Amino acid sequence: MTDSSLLRRITDPASRADPYPLYEELRRTPVLHEEEGGAYAVSRYHDILALLHDPRISSDDRRLADRGDDELPGPEGTVLPPSFIRLDPPEHDRLRRIANSAFGPPHRPHRIDGMRGELAGIVGELLDGLASAAAGGGEIDLVDEFAYPFPVTVICRLLGVPREDEPRFRGWVDVIVAGLDPETRHDPAAPAQRAARQARVQLGMYLAGLVEERSREPRDDMLSDLVAGRGPDGAMSTMEVLSTAVLLLIAGHETTVNLITNGMLTLLRHPEHLERLREDAAYGVPVVEELLRYEPPVQLLPSRTCITDIEVHGVTIPEGARIWLMLAAGNRDPERFADPGRFDPDRPDNEHLGFGSGVHICFGAPLARLEAQIALTELARRLDGPRLLQDPPPYRLSPVLRGPRHLPLGVDGVRPRQDG
Amino acid sequence: MRIVVDLNRCQGYAQCAFLAPEVFTLHGEESLVYAPWAGDEHREKVARAVAACPVRAITADGLDADEERPAPAGREA
Amino acid sequence: MHEPYHEWLRREGRIVVVGASLAGLRAAETLRAEGFAGSLTMIGDEPHPPYDRPPLSKAVLLGRAAPDRTELPRRREIDADWRLGVAAIGLDLAGRRVRLADGGEVPYDRLLIATGVRARPWPDEDEARLDGVFVLRTRGDAVRLHRRLKASPRRVFVIGAGFTGSEIASACRQQGLAVTVAERADAPLVGALGSVVGAVAADLHREGGVDLRTNVQVTALEGDRVGRVRAAHLSDGSVVETDVVVVALGAVRNTEWLAGSGLAAGPRGVACDAGCRAFDVRGIVTDDVFVAGDVARSPHPLFGYQFLSLEHWGNAVAQAEVAAHNMISGSSDRRPHLWVPAFWSSQFGVNIKSIGVPSMGTEIMITQGSLAERRFVGVYGHQGRVIAAVSFDNTRWLDFYQRLIETGAPFPVEFTTVDRRPEGRRPVPAAFPDPSLPTHGPTVTVSGYAPSDRRLVFTPARP
Repeated sequence: MTDSSLLRRITDPASRADPYPLYEELRRTPVLHEEEGGAYAVSRYHDILALLHDPRISSDDRRLADRGDDELPGPEGTVLPPSFIRLDPPEHDRLRRIANSAFGPPHRPHRIDGMRGELAGIVGELLDGLASAAAGGGEIDLVDEFAYPFPVTVICRLLGVPREDEPRFRGWVDVIVAGLDPETRHDPAAPAQRAARQARVQLGMYLAGLVEERSREPRDDMLSDLVAGRGPDGAMSTMEVLSTAVLLLIAGHETTVNLITNGMLTLLRHPEHLERLREDAAYGVPVVEELLRYEPPVQLLPSRTCITDIEVHGVTIPEGARIWLMLAAGNRDPERFADPGRFDPDRPDNEHLGFGSGVHICFGAPLARLEAQIALTELARRLDGPRLLQDPPPYRLSPVLRGPRHLPLGVDGVRPRQDG
Repeated sequence: MRIVVDLNRCQGYAQCAFLAPEVFTLHGEESLVYAPWAGDEHREKVARAVAACPVRAITADGLDADEERPAPAGREA
Repeated sequence: MHEPYHEWLRREGRIVVVGASLAGLRAAETLRAEGFAGSLTMIGDEPHPPYDRPPLSKAVLLGRAAPDRTELPRRREIDADWRLGVAAIGLDLAGRRVRLADGGEVPYDRLLIATGVRARPWPDEDEARLDGVFVLRTRGDAVRLHRRLKASPRRVFVIGAGFTGSEIASACRQQGLAVTVAERADAPLVGALGSVVGAVAADLHREGGVDLRTNVQVTALEGDRVGRVRAAHLSDGSVVETDVVVVALGAVRNTEWLAGSGLAAGPRGVACDAGCRAFDVRGIVTDDVFVAGDVARSPHPLFGYQFLSLEHWGNAVAQAEVAAHNMISGSSDRRPHLWVPAFWSSQFGVNIKSIGVPSMGTEIMITQGSLAERRFVGVYGHQGRVIAAVSFDNTRWLDFYQRLIETGAPFPVEFTTVDRRPEGRRPVPAAFPDPSLPTHGPTVTVSGYAPSDRRLVFTPARP
């Protein structure tokens, strides 16, 4: 096949700003397999949903016949055991249950709900910080100055990283995330990769120290709960805790950045919805759900495989073959969603695939929802006269975690906080 | 506010139990136990829960995610 | 040209719904949502607006909800004439009238029968009247039982370890009450899920601190001098002292009011076709009487068009929607009710779900997880096909097994699955009790091909 194969065009960075026409083409062939040894791309809503609930599908990439290149960079270094995102039941279930016992119900039902005030506080401070920049030149980069620092601060508070360590922590994360860039990540000698490896080691050592502290003196934070083991499955080993913490950090970071940035971009392209959100904070709830359908931060799941031959739409996918589940394409499948190319937060019955489904459904989904709801609502309320300075904006390279690298906005000012 | 969850549809994703813990709770790993009646002070949180349910299993007065079912004009007075 | 009847009906017809619970309410909402503009009468024997029953044995007993606060939310306004607290006592099929207990009559152009089921009472009427003996089906039952449980009884004695009995036992243990459960079969839930899964349920009971007695029958309930229950006598000779007895022996269909009406109504329900139209006793389908919910008995293509009786919440909703649609549609626009049976129960912190008809299964294979860990998916086979599946805390995989059932996939399941354990490599007998023995267990019953229930003589249980 040539470079004009559809999947290559989808992964081509030139398509990043608007992959949706390619997805439409893709859906015409429900199971697309273009190259010997290449992936099988599944792009229709009902097929994707079925495979997400199919026990013949594995998330463990050791099951792949040819592991080859992986588009979704793993959060783990070579030292750490695989996190649950890359494991199958029962090991996946055990680790996820323990992680969940520190994060949500039944053991910590108020952990996320209890962070709402804190999330609003962080957003408020970031917006306060934008005020001077806005006053200065009237131009801000929503990615660097808002969407990027927000989730890493949140994860620090969630894990229990002391405030005074947050800058150091964020520094390591910045370097690690930069190292995930597809441009450099296959070149181990690249400076970004060397820096990322070093940052991983430093972050790992820092977290290990914190874990030890928390096991001696538990506090009301996730790390303390992870090492204490509140559920019937007991505690994680230190290595498992590190692996899980790094997963939450990396998997939870870029996706949230993209959700917020894609969100603001979409709202600025549909100003009537931005206006409505400014008037009605409750509108943020359906807006975020529709964003997860319309511009999902995770566009596809690229490293599933089947542990036996399976048949989808008359196509046999052989055991061990790589399967791409094209979530963003399924989200715009006209067989499932009426007028799928329309951004419509009032859409009823919006069972989108933005967080996946089945046992691997996004672990951090409730937190991501709250973060995006609060961030977008506050942006709508407080940015005065926001406008896109570049449309489309420059995008990150990854076809998997898709979002703008920068989102330059012109603003007339930042309004003061309305209330506490 | 009256609430009902279609527990056939429910797959225990627990988004509701994260977002409105006063109304929705998990009993064990995936059994949802909920209050079939909640005061209006919980309305905002219940709205978040209804919208966040990945399988749209929650119906609450005035918040039904499935209220689309075209409301029928043409009723005689 | 003549206006089609259903067009006239939609505009100004009279629809009567007998049964003001889940199925009746959802049917009424669907009628209005689809544009029915005529008069709508809702008849219910209980004095309450439609309320939800599953929480009565779960959230209510766990103290998470008040027994009188489980009213169902409304999908929309239905603008109905509510006749609550008045039972229907007769049907004049030829005259198209429903007779009410207060002497009134309500004429209809279309009738929906959604009278559901009631708790099977303790067979000895004197013993059933003892203070402290309860059933749990209605809001009134829940209010009374809840009040008594809050008064810290010394022991709760549950007769029958089907789903309801097990849920009651679980909730009582959760509240710290001492509980004894007596079950006629060798384990809880065997009527619904077979002995392989029943053994897991028995472990849940025992680990939950329930004093579980299996293979026993309750021979008598003993009262004290002032008529309060004080003990239960068992067939193994033992006596259990108790001050609360909950009779959980399954359900009885509310069809007595149809005796003599000419409809094919009996102890197994009211027979109807796939379009929810009732059959008469001659096996001829009626045109103006429809049936939905627990009281219905309808043929299902997945199970060889045998009639199924389902006590399933989801079936009540789905069948009500289909019945309502068909009531006001021309024959070519009617839809069949093809719901795959689906059921859930929550007990001892475990989420139990089933789809299909497990009790038709002769063998079971644990295709994911492990019985010992109480987290698994079991698949039931019948004549070389997948007929049902059950999950314990593994509900996210069930959609896959539903497709296997719908497509009649071969059994045993030969392909590999994630989390397959050595125990799940081959099927074992599902070990259901002899179906000819009376059992309270299954919430779905397969009952042959004949619309008229001739195998059972109709004998009203109450005059």
